[in-house]
Amino acid sequence: MMNLTLLPDLLLAGMLIGLAWAALSSDDLRRGVVLFIAFGLLLAIVWARLLAPDLALAEAAIGAGLSGALLLVALRDGSGGDKRAAKRSRLNRWLIDLFVLVMTCLIGWVLWLTIYAEPVERLAQLANAMLDRSGVSNPVTAVLLNYRAYDTLLELVVVLAAVLGVLVVGRERRGYREAGPVFYGLVHWLVPLLIVTAGYLLWVGAHAPGGAFQAGATLAAAGIVLRLAGYDAAGLPDGRLLRWLLVAGTGVFLLLGLGMNVSGGRFLQYPEAWSGSLILVIEVAATASIAAALVLAYRGGRTDGWLFMDNKDKSREVSS
Amino acid sequence: MTQALIYALTGAVLFMLGVRATLLRESLLPRLLALNICGAGVFLIFVSLAYRGDSLPVDPVPHALVLTGLVVAISATALALALNRRLREMADE
Repeated sequence: MMNLTLLPDLLLAGMLIGLAWAALSSDDLRRGVVLFIAFGLLLAIVWARLLAPDLALAEAAIGAGLSGALLLVALRDGSGGDKRAAKRSRLNRWLIDLFVLVMTCLIGWVLWLTIYAEPVERLAQLANAMLDRSGVSNPVTAVLLNYRAYDTLLELVVVLAAVLGVLVVGRERRGYREAGPVFYGLVHWLVPLLIVTAGYLLWVGAHAPGGAFQAGATLAAAGIVLRLAGYDAAGLPDGRLLRWLLVAGTGVFLLLGLGMNVSGGRFLQYPEAWSGSLILVIEVAATASIAAALVLAYRGGRTDGWLFMDNKDKSREVSS
Repeated sequence: MTQALIYALTGAVLFMLGVRATLLRESLLPRLLALNICGAGVFLIFVSLAYRGDSLPVDPVPHALVLTGLVVAISATALALALNRRLREMADE
């Protein structure tokens, strides 16, 4: 009872598994990373197929683009030199394969039961029914920044924590040589285009696929292109302004949430008339923070002046 | 429904492929790659459960969760790469 309309889906699924297998079993790490980028792009197509255009945008920018860029620049550090092959005994490998097989069957069985189970009351109806009162008309943005704003706030905290970790352990990588004329021409066109696209994604997220994460990732891509062209700062400001930029998303979100507390509501419970504008303000701040964090991770960590910017006085001689 | 099942099962296979590679590989970078593929598998399961045919509206809640997950995943990857780099520098010193 094979249905011909399933063919594209089967093809996509097969290609996903094939690419993942190839990326994971490749001994050459560079090859593995490039295959992983291809895997991410294919996954973006699958998201579009599953009617998740928000995710398709995010996956293309984050999953394929920025993850790939971060992994490739890590390879440049020389992390690929480790040639210790796995020294598992044959029995061990066999046991791992058996475990993987059993677990795959178990998970598959559970999924089968879930998908063919009786339809139950889902949050979807509630989410779509309340859309008029959320201040935006894109249901995904409504979930992210209104119904489940807590999650998104905590996510921004995770991003902040990660970038603080990167700043603590890493120092900035060496920059790139100045771009040649052809690449320079491309950068001249590409960076403004990326910035405009990011602004558009941010704005359109209220009523169509897009939003803060996609916009932040696109903005970060502009920064990475700048850095590859020899602009070492990658478009980021220096010193105090950069710190403010990094905490902007979490800070604005928290302050607005607490402000609602003070003005009589509950934490993060937007006044209905204001929710659209509040969501936009939070998203602008979140976009800036996410972009700054990702570009900083690409740069590799703190710059030379990072820790000592307030210590000018200490380095001077004491006149006694 | 069948489409949802195809992609959900693909997600399960991707997840376990990632687990297998994490267990078998020794150095950190391939493991990180494997963990990212694990994550992709989980996301795929989520989104396929949100899909209920081309004519019905999809469930936006899993989509939002996955969007959050994508950003968290890349943050974790960036931190792991930074830690790996520092470990290497310390080994060289």
